[in-house]
Amino acid sequence: MFAVSQAKQRASQSRWQTLKRHLQHGDVLFRVLTALGALTVFMLIVIIGYELWLNSPLPREKFGWRFLVESEWNPVTQEFGAFPFIFGTLQTSVMALIFAVPVSLGIAIFLAELAPAWLRQPLGFIVELLAAVPSVVYGLWGLFVFIPAFVRPIAELLHTTLGFLPLFTGPVYGPSRLSASLILAIMILPTISAVSRDVLLAIPASQREAALALGATRWEMIWRVLLPYGLSGILGAVILGLGRALGETMAVTMVIGNNLALTASLLHPGYTMASIIANEFAEATYELYIQSLIQIALVLFVVTLVLNSIARVLVWRVARRVPTEVRI
Amino acid sequence: MMWNPAHYQRRKLVNAVMLALCGLATLFAVAPLLWILVYVFQEGGRHLSLQFFTELPTPVGVPGGGVVNAIVGSAIVVGIACALSIPLALVAAMYAAEHPNTPLGVTLRFATDVLSGVPSIVIGIFAYTIIVLPQKQFSAFSGGVALAIIMLPIVLRTTEEMIKLVPRHLREGSLALGASEWKTMLQVTLPAAINGVVTGIMLGVARVAGEAAPMIFTAFGNPFFSTDVNQPIATLPHMIFVYAISPYKDWHAKAWTTALVLVTLVLGLNIVTRLITAWQLKRMGWR
Repeated sequence: MFAVSQAKQRASQSRWQTLKRHLQHGDVLFRVLTALGALTVFMLIVIIGYELWLNSPLPREKFGWRFLVESEWNPVTQEFGAFPFIFGTLQTSVMALIFAVPVSLGIAIFLAELAPAWLRQPLGFIVELLAAVPSVVYGLWGLFVFIPAFVRPIAELLHTTLGFLPLFTGPVYGPSRLSASLILAIMILPTISAVSRDVLLAIPASQREAALALGATRWEMIWRVLLPYGLSGILGAVILGLGRALGETMAVTMVIGNNLALTASLLHPGYTMASIIANEFAEATYELYIQSLIQIALVLFVVTLVLNSIARVLVWRVARRVPTEVRI
Repeated sequence: MMWNPAHYQRRKLVNAVMLALCGLATLFAVAPLLWILVYVFQEGGRHLSLQFFTELPTPVGVPGGGVVNAIVGSAIVVGIACALSIPLALVAAMYAAEHPNTPLGVTLRFATDVLSGVPSIVIGIFAYTIIVLPQKQFSAFSGGVALAIIMLPIVLRTTEEMIKLVPRHLREGSLALGASEWKTMLQVTLPAAINGVVTGIMLGVARVAGEAAPMIFTAFGNPFFSTDVNQPIATLPHMIFVYAISPYKDWHAKAWTTALVLVTLVLGLNIVTRLITAWQLKRMGWR
């Protein structure tokens, strides 16, 4: 009796041992678990795209590709075309890039090359804090402080001096595409400058020393050696900034004036893809209306996905090139 | 080429001008931050009082009132976001740190980077389609889900970096003593990196606590006090938005005061976190 139970116990024990051995004392489980976690993160992106697609069949049936080029957006007649928003998003984002890129590059150069060592960290920290201010606070500040104190005078000046250009026609409004572009520019400054700074810092010192040894001034070294060397990474930083600008919602919604008119004028109120969703989603009353807004979100998702992928590849290329340089 | 003093002078001048412009550009970035902070503290401080933290919002025209429902609401929504995202972020970060060069590892890194670039409003719509639509009800939970997705890449990436910073000999020592991989990770590597992990979590919290865009169609806002995760709930950033776009002067004033609370919270969290990190890295001698 005793012997039998002992034998049973031994058998079960050895089965347990075998199991433990097979699972390498839990390591197999651990690896499977972490791999599942990793997979979940990737699947999240796929699921987001799939859900947005799944929940917007009506506008695709009714409008097809016309949705992207039609400029009529009228919930009353059930006509939905996203062109004014796509146009507004592109216009404000590109203007924001035009304002932000030179300044961000200046910051990146200053932080990576010029600033004395004791100033680098605090200054970099301050620039990063600019990214930490919530978007809605930018909107509040833009609406009540920045527009009346800064944008309006500039807009009036542009209108009186350059009013003959289509970019600056029409009466001067407070909330406008110009306001949105300027706020966006401030908001994407930290992104572009932080990534470009890291790109500049990744460039080997030998490049700098060689340029200086050949008699270049510091600026010539930066302009003719560092910037071309890190170009693809800096381009990546700019595209990352573009991605942020495209999707930025609250600040833009609050300062752009939300107007459907399709004009080129920067001084006119406009609309972006993100701001139409923020403005009308909670009020959308019927299926087609809601699904049209979801479809705009889908377009925004795909565009930012593609842009971010390109940007990451570009930044990675610089990072990858550096080790080979060191090995030589 | 002949020595040409004029040419040399010009090069030196260009050098000086361009370098000065770079410094000026940096001032350009510092100026808006100061401008925003000064206004938020000046305008917001004017109406700040103790009852702002303890009372419910009042209707237009009624003086007094506070945002206690939004403070509690923000805490609940961010809490849900933490509960959902931190475990997943930690597990995935362990994978990323252990197997950086496997196909899944590269995919994960890429997915993390791409996910951090997805606009928050799109993530809000996603949370709406998977939770609000089937439940036919705006809820604090759906807001938490949206914020969890926004927070995930931030926590994941910081944790991964911090795990990688742990000296190899600690890990190898543990493995050499016969500890299994998971025990090494959970009892040696992760505790050594825990400060960095907490940093990542705090930065993530600071980021999502200020998100208003996804709240519009997930948590939705609620003028009353609520702690029910299946009901609409007020949050600080959404409150600022509602107050700011209203046409009423006294609501504008409340928007500034709410902004003061939010900015103090978010920037405070950022500053404290970074100071602690800098201090710790220095102490550990890792940098």
